[in-house]
Amino acid sequence: MEHKRPRIVAAALAGLGLAVSLTACGGGSIQDAQTGSGDKKCGDLNVAVNPWVGYEADAHVLGYVAKTRLGCNVNYKDLDEQVSWKGFGSGEVDVVVENWGHPELQKKYMADKGGDGSAVDFGSTGNKGVIGWFVPPWMAKKYPDITDWKNLNKYSSLFKTTESGSKGTLYDGDPGFVTNDEALVTNLKLNYKVVYAGSETALIEAFRDAEKNKKPMLGYFYEPQWFLSEVPLVKVDLPKYTDGCDADAAKVACDYPVYDLNKVVAKKFADSKSPAVDLVKNFTWTNDDQNVVAKYISQDQMDPEDAAKKWVDAHKDEVDAWVKG
Amino acid sequence: MSVLAPPLANHTPPEPDTTPWRATPARLVRNRFAAVIGVLVVWVVAWALFKDHFTLTIGGSEQTPVFDWLRDRSNWVEEAASSGSNPVINFAGWIADIVDSVFSWLQSVFTVAKFPRPLPQIGWLGTIALAALVAYAAAGWRTLALVVPCFLSFGVLGYWDDSIDLLIVTFFAVVVSCFFGIALGVLMAHSRRFSALLTPVLDVMQTMPSFTYLLPFSILFGIGPAAAVMMTLVYAAPPVIRITAHGLRGVSGPVLEATDSLGQTGLQRLWNVELPMAKRTIIAGINQTMMAALSMATIAAYINSPGLGQPVLDGLKRSQLGTSFVAGIAIVIMAVMLDRSMTAAGFRAELAARAGEKGGPFRKVGLGLAAVGTLVALYLSHSYVWANEFPSQPDLGTPLRNAVDDFGNWLRTDLSHLTDAIQRVATDYGLNPIQSLLADSPWFVTSAAILVIAAVVGGRKAVISTVVCLAGILGLGLWNHAMETLTACLVATIAVVVLAVVLGVLMGRSHRVDVGLRPILDAGQTLPPFVYLVPVLILFGPNRFTAMVAGVVYAAPVAIKLVADGVRAVSPNTIEAAEMAGSSTWQMITKVQLPMARSSVLLAANQGLLYVLAMVVIGGMVGAGALGFDVVTGFRQANDVGRGLAAGTTIVLLGIMVDRITTYGAQRASSPASRA
Repeated sequence: MEHKRPRIVAAALAGLGLAVSLTACGGGSIQDAQTGSGDKKCGDLNVAVNPWVGYEADAHVLGYVAKTRLGCNVNYKDLDEQVSWKGFGSGEVDVVVENWGHPELQKKYMADKGGDGSAVDFGSTGNKGVIGWFVPPWMAKKYPDITDWKNLNKYSSLFKTTESGSKGTLYDGDPGFVTNDEALVTNLKLNYKVVYAGSETALIEAFRDAEKNKKPMLGYFYEPQWFLSEVPLVKVDLPKYTDGCDADAAKVACDYPVYDLNKVVAKKFADSKSPAVDLVKNFTWTNDDQNVVAKYISQDQMDPEDAAKKWVDAHKDEVDAWVKG
Repeated sequence: MSVLAPPLANHTPPEPDTTPWRATPARLVRNRFAAVIGVLVVWVVAWALFKDHFTLTIGGSEQTPVFDWLRDRSNWVEEAASSGSNPVINFAGWIADIVDSVFSWLQSVFTVAKFPRPLPQIGWLGTIALAALVAYAAAGWRTLALVVPCFLSFGVLGYWDDSIDLLIVTFFAVVVSCFFGIALGVLMAHSRRFSALLTPVLDVMQTMPSFTYLLPFSILFGIGPAAAVMMTLVYAAPPVIRITAHGLRGVSGPVLEATDSLGQTGLQRLWNVELPMAKRTIIAGINQTMMAALSMATIAAYINSPGLGQPVLDGLKRSQLGTSFVAGIAIVIMAVMLDRSMTAAGFRAELAARAGEKGGPFRKVGLGLAAVGTLVALYLSHSYVWANEFPSQPDLGTPLRNAVDDFGNWLRTDLSHLTDAIQRVATDYGLNPIQSLLADSPWFVTSAAILVIAAVVGGRKAVISTVVCLAGILGLGLWNHAMETLTACLVATIAVVVLAVVLGVLMGRSHRVDVGLRPILDAGQTLPPFVYLVPVLILFGPNRFTAMVAGVVYAAPVAIKLVADGVRAVSPNTIEAAEMAGSSTWQMITKVQLPMARSSVLLAANQGLLYVLAMVVIGGMVGAGALGFDVVTGFRQANDVGRGLAAGTTIVLLGIMVDRITTYGAQRASSPASRA
């Protein structure tokens, strides 16, 4: 075996030599290639990407416009909400594109809420965040009155699972989601137990199964969400939200408010001369817009960059408005 | 041959029992078994009487003084990091800067285009040539023939850049682990006191769920590769430390005496005798460290670590089974490649040490030629697009992804009614009663029961560890969740042991079964759990059972391999003797092979439990609730940082407790003469 080795290597070398001589005339040298982004004035733009697809849609559309129109060097950083906000202070994150409230983080990082002032509210994305309890469409059809919370106790035995004993199961999602569900169940005297499905993936798979195999399920969900275009879940009406009814977390007995989803940026970024500052400030679109791009990414399995390009190419006017201000 | 993640090396495996089957241990074990049954009976009676009292249940958003205190500590670190007032924290930042800059340089060489150059310095051809050269030089041409196709497959699967990024992170973490780890291992081998001091620290490093330190590390080391490397270090360094120490301790006494008589100094002895003699063991340790580092890829992606973990999480987030799977397969290929190359390199190192030279003139010529070839490839890769950017065809990733997605859709529709029944029966008749016994009994009843069992099984040493751990768990304030988690882990471990005994015996007895199963086990061990989590979720829905199944899938391969190796190690003479005595196959297994592989089965149970425990946090993401959910909550919600830390620490205490009880129990069962 030993003596074969040099021969193999020699053969490999010969092959390589051949390749060299072939390509020497073929061209394609790297120095000839051109970069996409010519204008360097914008510099780096660090966009946090929080872990849900709707957010990804926002981040990549914004990033794509920043890159192609303003020549920014966009860095996407896959981070959780909490870590993203911490990144404002250190300059590692410039923009959080879709923020769902988070009063506790505001209190820590926004100057007007008593924080260290590293984060600045940059206005609405135009998206309305709706949180609530949902049932699969087949249930809403079969039990039309189930969408009123007052009837939930009547149906609680339908929702019994191995996780909830004699009570009905109300599935909650990821621990990062805004939720008052445990308090709601207690305060509305519902015969249910909150069971944490633990992640968005788990919730979606459970709802998918519930609709496909006609199984009862009641769970926490939200829009904008691409999954609703696959399975149009039906919202259960909780007692109407009024201003301040959710002030005391332990005594909440009303529906969730409609969240005005907003952009949050680093103070350092807001004060910079980057042309991307105005772009981020001006960026707004509708729930439907987001759902379309999110669907490209999740169901059509497009690369987020390509999905963003597809939407941007079809919406020149809106994008022009963001860029020009 | 392969050492693909053998036991955690928490404790060195007991030597295989070579003495023939004796009656004494059997009686002893039977007595202990009876005692444990007695404890259980008393426990059930107490449970029936006092059920649902003093269970220390805690609400989902409840805060306790302990949580507040932990949260304040975390906030203090954060403030110190942002104000730059604390020298230790500044030092961490300084280290992070160095790691980040070296890392981004490496990325600009291999994967990331740095402006104004449109492509990285060296593309796929140069990278593969370099890898091939290293493989050839360190392990020979067989390894070269393995490494090159593996690298090509990264590109063909569509994850060239992510794969190389992950290799860089892993390489970084392994080099640093070895640099400090081998030194610490040497110290541990030579000082009993240092060893006693470091062992609990290593235990904590290996059992602390990484989600617990995601947040603090991203504060200390910033959001970037440095934090990922540091996280990986925490989990990956212990194996090389432990195994180095183990290897050095194993260097034979007479050899040391003989060389000492030549009048060498301690350092000379270490350098010339001990390290060379323990070389192969140390390389096995490095190998384990590498596997552990790879297994952190997905978790590290939660704080933006570059590498294959990102597409795995993307698939999870976008509900794309195929995406996660293809990226996961790339991780498996990388793991197998690194494992086999390292094993081959270790083998070669030993041969070289024995032969006392570096090989003949042919090898020198071969190496010289290979080096020239690599230089040519590097040049090409630097200069031409075709040799830099991995070609988009052939593309194996897309068809594979689609096939897996189709498989997922098939799972969703066709099986769920059957699987629901399995889930319901297993939960109602298996999990729920046991959980009720542990978690719904008053805390002092459960504690007392655990203590007595620890005493019966593990003896005095086990009792001491158990008292400390139980006190800690009580103090942290998540008692009820801890008991729920413990239940799920115990039940899952029983399943793991049953699987391990059945499949392990099959593998140990038949070479053909072994050859067929081993690659599947290797893959199961290195595939990121997030990949098979979704199929399990589709089958069984979000609940404790699903989390348990995921834990079993994760833990079974290690346990099965341990039992298989134990059964195979039974001496052929014994088998022959038993055959002559006319024992049937069943008798052979139950009366000869399993009893003689007893220590392996016990070790499999111990490792199975620790592996199941390592899945607690991931279980929390699919409906297991309890401690796993608390840990994730701490990472996700600023208000619950304290709860997360408390839950993480509770998991560590549970891990150490069950490890000590089973380890001391296994020691007593294996050496029955000691305490009769």
